[in-house]
Amino acid sequence: MNLLRIATALSVALACGQAYGAEDSVKLKSLRDTPIEATSRADSFRNLRDREPFARDFVHQPPLIPHAVRGYNVTVNFNKCMDCHSWSKAKEAGATKVSLTHFKDRDGRDLSNISPRRYFCLQCHVPQTDAQPLVSNTFKPVDALQR
Amino acid sequence: MSENKPSLMQRLRRAGPWTVLVVFAAGILFWGGFNWALDLTNTEPFCISCHEMRDNVFKEYRHSIHYANRTGVRATCPDCHVPRDWVHKVGRKIKASNELWHWALGTIDTPEKFNAKRLKLAQNEWNRMKDNDSRECRNCHSFDSMDYTEQGRRAVAAHTKGFAAGETCIECHKGVAHTLPPLEQNIGAPKVSGREP
Repeated sequence: MNLLRIATALSVALACGQAYGAEDSVKLKSLRDTPIEATSRADSFRNLRDREPFARDFVHQPPLIPHAVRGYNVTVNFNKCMDCHSWSKAKEAGATKVSLTHFKDRDGRDLSNISPRRYFCLQCHVPQTDAQPLVSNTFKPVDALQR
Repeated sequence: MSENKPSLMQRLRRAGPWTVLVVFAAGILFWGGFNWALDLTNTEPFCISCHEMRDNVFKEYRHSIHYANRTGVRATCPDCHVPRDWVHKVGRKIKASNELWHWALGTIDTPEKFNAKRLKLAQNEWNRMKDNDSRECRNCHSFDSMDYTEQGRRAVAAHTKGFAAGETCIECHKGVAHTLPPLEQNIGAPKVSGREP
């Protein structure tokens, strides 16, 4: 029985390998019209001008950055975002406070300030450009977020 | 009264017109040469001829808007770090002899040494700019010429508040051209000086 299984697995693997080897059976097309193995040319898009905060499109979406961030230091030495968005500065700066979810360590324990694992703001919060979606879609926010 | 002391005119006459002319021309040459040499030390190639500047602060500055921007206007090292008017410029140059001394000592001749000193160096420059009301910023940036309708909403809010409070540019605009030194923000472990930023 075991032998039969191994033989089947081997023959399937062999067949897959042959299909993979036959180039004309797979048609790959990149979204940007450059060959898939080449680096695509960077599109020229512009950063959006500063504006009021973006509404969220889905629950738990990290809020988008509605302003320019060029030249903002986020290094081991200093986090420029915290100059306005930290709890001690937010009111004076008129900025959105960092969410309380960022004050927990990975075990869910509360910390007295922002967790180091949340230090790199731009990993989740991103500024916006005028780039158009590569693929059109019909995404709609859930009812609770509809405006 | 001044019989045994010849007047200036008498002495000039005695020296003859050619001597006077030569001394005058030599004076122009000396003064011109002095200012020419002074201006040579006020250029970016001079600043980055030392690897301390080229490998640390110059590298960081190349990411900043003062290096590359849409209009192609550049502020080079001396535009921000050396006063323009003669009196303050010479004052700064005399103070810079201390920098030559530390260059000879090799105080900041590796990135590690530079980063260990980064806070002190930055504070020196912040204090200098605060004390002179950000004079070098204002060579180009003038309050009176700022059009609030062209500025972003955050900039308008901050500028109107800052100007009303009599603040100067550097109080908010720190680290616009260079990487900031370690400043405590109470996130995670205490900040350590000397790490690569």
